[in-house]
Amino acid sequence: MKIKDQFNAGLFTDNPVLIQLLGMCPTLATSTTLINAIGMGLSATFVLICSNVLISLLRKFIPQKIRIAAYIVIIAGFVTLADMLLEAYFNSIYNALGVFIPLIVVNCIILARAESFASKNKVIPSFFDGLFMGLGFTFALAILGAVREILGSGTILGFKLFGGIAPLSLFALPAGGFLGLGFLIALAQHLSTRKKGGSE
Amino acid sequence: METLSFGTILAFAVNAILIENVVLSQFMGCCPFFGVSKKSDTALGMGMAVTFIMGLASIVTYGVYQWVLIPLDLEYLETIAFILVIAALVQLVELALKKLIPALYNALGIYLPLITTNCAVLGVCLTSVQEGYNFLSSFLYSVFTALGFTLAIWIFSLIRTRIEETCDIPRAFQGFPISLIAAALLSFGFMGFNGLSF
Repeated sequence: MKIKDQFNAGLFTDNPVLIQLLGMCPTLATSTTLINAIGMGLSATFVLICSNVLISLLRKFIPQKIRIAAYIVIIAGFVTLADMLLEAYFNSIYNALGVFIPLIVVNCIILARAESFASKNKVIPSFFDGLFMGLGFTFALAILGAVREILGSGTILGFKLFGGIAPLSLFALPAGGFLGLGFLIALAQHLSTRKKGGSE
Repeated sequence: METLSFGTILAFAVNAILIENVVLSQFMGCCPFFGVSKKSDTALGMGMAVTFIMGLASIVTYGVYQWVLIPLDLEYLETIAFILVIAALVQLVELALKKLIPALYNALGIYLPLITTNCAVLGVCLTSVQEGYNFLSSFLYSVFTALGFTLAIWIFSLIRTRIEETCDIPRAFQGFPISLIAAALLSFGFMGFNGLSF
């Protein structure tokens, strides 16, 4: 597979959130503002790249029967590393994301890529798979985060928009997360069916 | 929370089940919430399996944290330790149930392996440790949270059955999007319980 195809698959045609519908919990929970969404996306990307590379390097040594347990230990190790790095260097994001940083361990995107890609491919493609799938996750999170921040708090990256108009605070609440993601995935489904219709 | 009177337990239960519902206001356990909520009996089965494992996991992770990680000064390994404990526990419970209580195994069997990736289980264990709950509070907290999960997934499965049977849904919204919007309305309903906080 070429790098360009992998880029397209990760960000658009096979986007982990919008098309594969994986990793719903962190997507919904951490998309209240754009900066939190990007922080979550990049942390998961870091873990995804590291675990994909290591699992791909070890793919001939991990016994088939205990592979899932081995993957979980590798992923949990990198998550602990990411957790400590965020606490040391990006304390405000660390506090905002809270329990969802350790919960990257059970993010199904990471285990899914380990099982379906890194365990069968060489190191370089696995690295790019981790990078682009991670960026695809970040991309979907960032759109949802931006929409929810603009509508829910009337700000973008903390800057005030539209003067005195009261924001629709529903979008900053949990219900707004479900609603926003529902509309976003509906849009993705609409675009992908229209694209298929055009090519036929 | 050293002495647990009936009133504090009740307040704890209302808080964990209704006000801070694990799925609808904390977004933990969304995968099984959307994955196994097509029928109401499978939803209830999943809810019971989660309650069972969460109660056990809170006991075991409490022990591991207090008597292994703290004495060895390894608190920062909590994430790795807890996920391994939960994965091992799920396997053990599956084996034990198969051997000892086949009836319960037949009812819960297929849901058990899925629980390892239910982030609510790990999330609740980590939250209990961070909040510094004692043994009894962390056990009650996990059981009530799991009951909240069961309530949410059961109501949601009933809504989904009704949507599938009676509604004419626009093509772009079919499947997952309409479920998310139904979940949004349910979550909106649960926000009403905020008035109960005391």
